[in-house]
This record gives sequence, C-alpha cells and structure tokens, in this order.
Amino acid sequence: MSVEFAPLGLILLFPALGVLFNLFLGPRLGRGAVNLAGPGVMFLAFAAAAWGFADLLAMPAGSALTFKLWGWIVAGNFHADLALRMDALSGVMVMVVTGLGAFIHLYSVGYMAHDDDVARFFTYLNLFALSMLVLVLASNLLMMFVGWEGVGLCSYLLIGFWYTNPQFAYNGRKAFVVNRIGDAGFILGILTIVSALARQGVWTLEFTELQQHAAMIGAAAATAAGLLFFLGATGKSAQIPLYVWLPDAMVGPTPVSALIHAATMVTAGVYMVARLNFLYALGPEAMAVIATIGALTAFFAATIAVVQTDIKRVLAYSTISQLGYMFLGVGCGAFAAGIFHLMTHAFFKGLLFLCAGSVIHALGGEQDMTNMGALRKKLPTTYATMLVATLAIVATPGLSGYFSKDLILEASYESGHEWLWLLSVITAGLTAFYMFRLLFLTFHGDSRVEPSRLAHAHESPPIMTIPLIVLAIFSVAGGWTGLPEGLLWGNAFARFLAPVTGMFRPSVDASAAALSGFATAVAGIGFIAAYVCYVRVPGIPAALAGRARNLYRLLLDKYYVDQFYDLIVTRPLFFISTRVFGQAIDTIGIDGTVNGAGLTVESTGELARRAETGNVQHYAFVYLLGVIGIVAYYLFLVIR
Amino acid sequence: MVPLTYMMSLSSAIFAIGVAGMLLRRNILIMFMSIELMLNAVNLAFIALGTELGSMDGQAIVFFAMTVAAAEAAVGLAIIIASFRNRETVHADDLTMLKW
Repeated sequence: MSVEFAPLGLILLFPALGVLFNLFLGPRLGRGAVNLAGPGVMFLAFAAAAWGFADLLAMPAGSALTFKLWGWIVAGNFHADLALRMDALSGVMVMVVTGLGAFIHLYSVGYMAHDDDVARFFTYLNLFALSMLVLVLASNLLMMFVGWEGVGLCSYLLIGFWYTNPQFAYNGRKAFVVNRIGDAGFILGILTIVSALARQGVWTLEFTELQQHAAMIGAAAATAAGLLFFLGATGKSAQIPLYVWLPDAMVGPTPVSALIHAATMVTAGVYMVARLNFLYALGPEAMAVIATIGALTAFFAATIAVVQTDIKRVLAYSTISQLGYMFLGVGCGAFAAGIFHLMTHAFFKGLLFLCAGSVIHALGGEQDMTNMGALRKKLPTTYATMLVATLAIVATPGLSGYFSKDLILEASYESGHEWLWLLSVITAGLTAFYMFRLLFLTFHGDSRVEPSRLAHAHESPPIMTIPLIVLAIFSVAGGWTGLPEGLLWGNAFARFLAPVTGMFRPSVDASAAALSGFATAVAGIGFIAAYVCYVRVPGIPAALAGRARNLYRLLLDKYYVDQFYDLIVTRPLFFISTRVFGQAIDTIGIDGTVNGAGLTVESTGELARRAETGNVQHYAFVYLLGVIGIVAYYLFLVIR
Repeated sequence: MVPLTYMMSLSSAIFAIGVAGMLLRRNILIMFMSIELMLNAVNLAFIALGTELGSMDGQAIVFFAMTVAAAEAAVGLAIIIASFRNRETVHADDLTMLKW
C-alpha cells in the first residue's frame, strides 16, 4: 500500500533552500547567518523526515509513502519521473541521514569556527545532504543515479575544501576519478536491466515495478547487472579494488569525514544492494562475489589499520573494514542485517570521527597519534564519548555494534560461508586491537604532545560536545532495535524491513549464542593484546616492528597497492595523456593542422598581395581585359 | 540620312579614344574626362541604333545616362578636389595608398 504524502518534498526542500541561502546570501550575511542556516535546515529536514517516518510506522507493514515531484523523461514507452518513495528501507536511511547530518552540521559550526570560508563549507555540506536524500528517496534507478553522482561531486568538493594545498586538491581528484570507474559500472548495470526487460516489452526503472517483473530479467542478466552495480558500490563504498580513495579522503575537514566518508555516502553502495535485493536473489553468484569481496576487504583494511599512526587514517581503514562487514551481510542474503550494521556504524563511526576531530581541534591540527597521549584529563567529554564509540565498534555485548555485527557473522556462518565467517571473526579481533590501540595511544600513557600545543589543548565548546553526547547515546541504544530473537521485542528492525528486503533464511543450522560467544572472545583477545602492547608494556610494538621488519613495512605502506595502481594505471594513463594525446596528437596533430592551415593562408596572401599596386589605371586595364574577354566570348562562342 | 555605319564608327572611335585616354594619361582630371568621353560615345551609339530601329528606348536610356553622368561628374570632381587638397597632386601614380 502506498500513500501520497506531500511533506516528503519538504525533506528535500529544506537542504535545497540551505544550499541557495549559503551560496548566494551566506558570504554577504556573514558567519552568524550561515551558522544558523546550515544546521537549521538540516534540523527542519530531520523534523520533516521524522513526520513521514512516524506516519510510516503507524501504517501496516509493507506500506510506503510516495510523492511525485514532476515528470522527468518521457521517451516512447519509457518514462522516468522525479518521484520520492519512502518505504521501510529508505525511511531508515532518511532518518540516519537527516538525524546524524543535523548533529554533524551542528558540530561543524564549532569545528569550522576559525575558518573563513564557512559559507562555502555549509553550501557543500547542505548540497551533500540534498544529494544523499535524493539517492535514498529516489523511486527509480535513474533518479538514484542522480543522487549517486551528486554525493560523489560533494565528496570531491569537500575533500579538496582546503584547495590551497595541492596535495588535498589531488586527493579530491583521486576520489572523483576512482568513483567515476565505479559509476561506469552503475550505468552499465542500469542499461543491462533496461535492455533485458525491454526485450520483453517492459520499459521501467521504478523499483516497485522492477520488483514485480524481476523474474523476467533472467538469471544471466541479473547476475551481470548485479556485478556491474556492485562495481559501482565498490567505488562509492570503498571496497576492493576501488577502496584506495577513502584513506586519502581524510584530508577533508573532519565533520566531512564523519558525515560523508563514514556515516552516509560510503554506505550508499550497501543501501543500493539492499534496495536491489530482488535482483541479487536471481543471481547467487553475484551475491557470493559480494560476500567474498566484503569479507576480504574487511580483513585487508583491518590489517592496515593496525600499524597506521594518523588518527583519521586508522578510522578510514576501520570504515573500509566495517563497510566490508556490511557487504558480507548483504552478500549472504541478510539484507536487513547489513542495513542494521549500516545504521549502528553510522552512529559509532560518525561519533569516532567527531571525537577525533575534537582531539585534532584541541591540538591545533595535530593528527599523528605518536604525538598524542594522556589526553584523558584534558578532554574528558571527548574521552568518555570516544570510549563508548570504541566499545560499540568492537562489539561489546549490549552496545549497538554487538547486535549488528553478530547478525552479520551469524548470517555468514548460517549461509554456508564458513571461511568468510572465520575471516570476519579474525577481523573482529583485529578491530578490537586497532581501535583500543587508537584509544590508548591518544588518551592514555605518557603525553608526547608538543608543549606549545599542550598549553592550548582544551575541551571543545558545547556546540561540539553536545553532538558527541547525542551520538554516544545512539551508539549505545541504536542497536536495541534489533535484539536477538526471543529477547524482549526481538529483532524488530529486521521485521520492519522484511517487506522490502525479505527475511534471512539460514541454510546451515548453528547456535547463535555459540557463534556470538566465540566472536566476542576473539574481540576480547584483541582488546587484551592492545592493552598489553600499549599500556602495560609499551616497548612491545617497537620490538615487534623491528623483528618482523618486512611485514611491518608491508602494512605501513598499505601493501603497496597505491604504488601498484600508480604503476599499472596512473603512470600509463599519464604517459598516454601527456605523451601520446598531449604531445603527439594535440601538439603535433591538431595544433599542427590548425596552425598549418593558418600559415598556408597567410603565405598565399603574402604572395597574392604583391599583385596589388594601388594604381587605378592598372585596375582599369585589368577591367578592360575582362570586358574584352566577355565580349569575345559572346561574339565568338555564344552568338556564332 | 547618315548611314548607321558612320554613326557606329564615330561612336567606336570616340570610345577608343576614351579608353586610351583612361589607360594612358596620368592626370586624373584627364582620366575623368576620358570616362565622360566613353559615356558620350555610348550615348551616341544608343541614339543611332534607336533611330535605325524606330524605337524610343535608345533615347530614353540616353536621358538616364546623362542624369547619372551629371551626378557622377559632381561626385568625381569633388573627390578629385578633396584628394588634391590633401595630397597636392593630380598624378595617378602618386595616388596609390589604397593597397594591401
């Protein structure tokens, strides 16, 4: 049952107004107006979203709110409208995007207090929120693609926000280009579906109609389309092989890292896979690929995070790792579990980034954890909230991350992917290790902060700590919507999403409690290892790094993947662009043709102008010759 | 009645003198006069042919030609005077600035 609900338009209208206001009036009206408008529109959008979501909750299961903005493309039998649709899945996403977005916008007011370009910042941030909402509320694939591109653009703009640093601008371009590769997959996926359905006379890209006609797509086309869409997801959601842009995206302002590169945009791929679950149900091979890539990415990124020293980079690899978990979940058919982890991850990873931002802000821009330590007393609120977030991400029983990660691990085992399950459990241990390593290096031990920075170190203003506290509450309680079955209200979250994503159907029987206990024990080992290495005997890490020198370098240099891509992709591309296209074709070919044509005309003219004397009588003589010629022509050829 | 051949011969002779004067003399006033000469040679041919054929068209065209020639003489002389004021010469070889 779908109901027309006009206020859905408000959810998009408010951020759009924010963009226009900050873009055109912001620089003139100054910081105060921008600080009010930027977060203000997000809270209004949140209110509108909450209104719609409350209505949705009150309606019977499986209903949806729809609102058609206007018709967009009509071409023969095919048409695509700009229409919004809020069902259980997009409802959850909209609540996360607007709710979390509102608080991160608020936090940005404090974080960007010393930046002169705050109007531009909030223009981009509001534009991002708008694009993300278009992405999740879209009722068809084409409109989703518009949002998909929009968030990519905003990501690029915000990574390179401090564009005076050439490295930052380069990182922005890198993110943009890598994402483009994925986007090509997305487009091809759309075309595959269109052509598969059009052959049978069905012209549509609406999600609801695609779901109805899913069976007509056929297994082969569904698998191909599914893999192509997943290629898009690997770009946007930073999975192997296109994850390389995300760690470099950390040069953007920290609220951006929290909102775009942890909580919302990078999860768009997971959302898309969950949204197209009917398609993936037809192509189990595509699902297996997703699950495998997800688990491998999770493990791979976690190992890199273990040795990184930049606080935001650790969190970036952690994000890649957690996104891997989400893909493992949806790849195993547990779509609701993937989305559930997406939601809880948005809370605790957003919070982790905001806490890291608070630390960086307090230390005047210091990001290297080797120059931190013992900040617990200086930044009590930040420490407390970061501790909560860390406990949540390592899946401490009772906190949000525990319920969501457990569901994914359970699904991976019960769907028959024992090896992927084992890998993810090891990853869970690594997660605990590097997260507590981060916490200990930053807040415990001896202070390694430069004295000049330490003197100015201070707890962040309330406008930054309030979002921290709000997110900390959600990091704890956000997971209680999806308790294990049999406990209180059970997994209400999965039941709520079931009409859209279907319920997970295990193929292997296993004791959930045993699986969960095992994973928790492994995470506990990770915690103990971190505690021993970074609190009790701080000499161990250096000794280990010295002992396993090669492994350490391998991890520190991120498996040389960047260098590898540089060698096989970037350099050849640059060579082809500068040498072949730039010098051979452009300079010699095109410029040569154009300049040559000009030169020919010029030299011909130079010769021809010698014929001009300026003397009237010469012209008259030529004229006379002409007359004689014409008369002769008529006399001898025509009249005769 | 003067035969047509005579008339046309005279017309051709005057026209040839005009052409020669136009091309050979360097004084632009003389060149100008040569142009008038050619015009009048043509007028003569028109009238002669008109009379021979019994048509008024030849004479009508002559009136047009004379009107245009009067206007052309006024404009042409004005240009020559203006040119002389600036350059102090009526020699065609010296007036070759309009090139390239």
